[in-house]
Amino acid sequence: MLNQQDILSTIEMIDQQHLDIRTITMGISLLSCCDPDPKRACDKIYEKITRYAEKLVRTGEEIEQEFGIPIVNKRISVTPMALVAGASDTEDYVPFALALDRAARTCGVNFIGGYSALVQKGMTIADERLIRSIPEALSRTELVCSSVNVGSTKAGINMDAVALMGRIIKDTAAATADRDGFGCAKLVVFCNAVEDNPFMAGAFHGVGEAEKVINVGVSGPGVVHHALQAVKGAPFDVVAETVKKTAFRVTRMGQLVAQEASRRLDTPFGIVDLSLAPTPAIGDSVARILEEMGLETCGTHGTTAALALLNDAVKKGGVMASSSVGGLSGAFIPVSEDEGMIAAARQGTLCLDKLEAMTCVCSVGLDMIAVPGDTPAETISAIIADEAAIGMVNCKTTAVRLLPAPGKTVGDTIEMGGLLGSAPVMPVHPESSAAFIARGGRIPAPMHSLKN
Amino acid sequence: MNAIVTVVGKDRVGIIAAICNKLADYNVNILDISQTILQGSFTMVMAVDVSAATASFGDLGAALAELGGEMGLSIRIQREEIFNAMHTI
Repeated sequence: MLNQQDILSTIEMIDQQHLDIRTITMGISLLSCCDPDPKRACDKIYEKITRYAEKLVRTGEEIEQEFGIPIVNKRISVTPMALVAGASDTEDYVPFALALDRAARTCGVNFIGGYSALVQKGMTIADERLIRSIPEALSRTELVCSSVNVGSTKAGINMDAVALMGRIIKDTAAATADRDGFGCAKLVVFCNAVEDNPFMAGAFHGVGEAEKVINVGVSGPGVVHHALQAVKGAPFDVVAETVKKTAFRVTRMGQLVAQEASRRLDTPFGIVDLSLAPTPAIGDSVARILEEMGLETCGTHGTTAALALLNDAVKKGGVMASSSVGGLSGAFIPVSEDEGMIAAARQGTLCLDKLEAMTCVCSVGLDMIAVPGDTPAETISAIIADEAAIGMVNCKTTAVRLLPAPGKTVGDTIEMGGLLGSAPVMPVHPESSAAFIARGGRIPAPMHSLKN
Repeated sequence: MNAIVTVVGKDRVGIIAAICNKLADYNVNILDISQTILQGSFTMVMAVDVSAATASFGDLGAALAELGGEMGLSIRIQREEIFNAMHTI
């Protein structure tokens, strides 16, 4: 029989340390839905998604019940919509977003990702149409998430797209001003976007992927925090080992759930994403893990080093526990979704510049950060350019999800509710970057991409 | 198919009897029981075989949770694989 202590420790992790599967995401290729008639294309999209993902939510719930492990989100990612909509004779892409929203509602999923364009080297007509439709698409839908890839290590940074995205983020905030610019919570700007990411808002089903696939994202900041409480004052070697062991256990659970979901849904298993994804709940925070390592408040000196250790140890522990690791795989630092980050930002210790440094050593980037509503579009573009440069040079994924809440300024808080949490508005530098952004063109790829 | 039943709560007379009766009602065979008092609370772990159970896994779980509610205990049933996955290589 299994060791009683092991069984009880698993139950304690689930009950008291917020251990859960953060998401089961079904990736679906929509390339077969291309049609010159936009209405027919939308009908095909709706039909294909609802057919493939019909049992996704029910299966997730069954697994949850049988294994006694919460599966917080069931989601769908699709082919970047610009590739599909580009085949249709229309300039209006919003109906494609509405079709995704309808399909997501029918399937009962939390979000659907893939209202996306990949423009790291240049924009097609379809890419530009899609990007320009994002503010309206996100204001008229509830469940659709959008992402735009503006740079990569191979291609450099498309600064025309960066300039455009600054304006699109501002327009999206304005289009959803009645909800504190909520639309921006569903819009990510990437550098080096990955094709198998199960996490929102940046999930899409890449063109290199199969017809359909199951990707699973695990979580567990609470479990890591709890494990570190047992090694107070120990050297970092011990800290790293403790995180690795914990990440191994968490990932094994993710692998089990992924295989089970893949079997029951008759859909190939793609990857397990080894990410520490926090929630606004007490005891489920990445910031608190960093503080457990000995920092008084997240954001103070030492934070970047602590995060680097955490991020690396999570990967080392997780990689042996899964047959296939992918997605973003690293610690997330979404400010509004992390109780400790919110507290540190309120206190003023955690600022935008420190967060930017932290993104050099962990997953993704400047995520769910509220900035003043009157932040110029060029400043937002410049923030995107900085973040994309970090991703491009370091061969990693970086992203920006900023919330310029209309009418809000430093000292205010915007409330998103649920897993998206609440965000204190952070100051940005008032000095202008407008002339920098106005240049346009492309920042060339860095030298280390020329390995062929 | 094997599953693990865990029971945690305040000790009282008749816990094991009540749970065993409930499992018998659903034709669930008990393979192993281990019980202890941990930090003052009653803790029991049972390995059971649910292959011949007369109800679905979901209904069985709901019935045990309901019994737990009546007795002031936390009772849950989970498939054994999750514990194997997390604690063995």
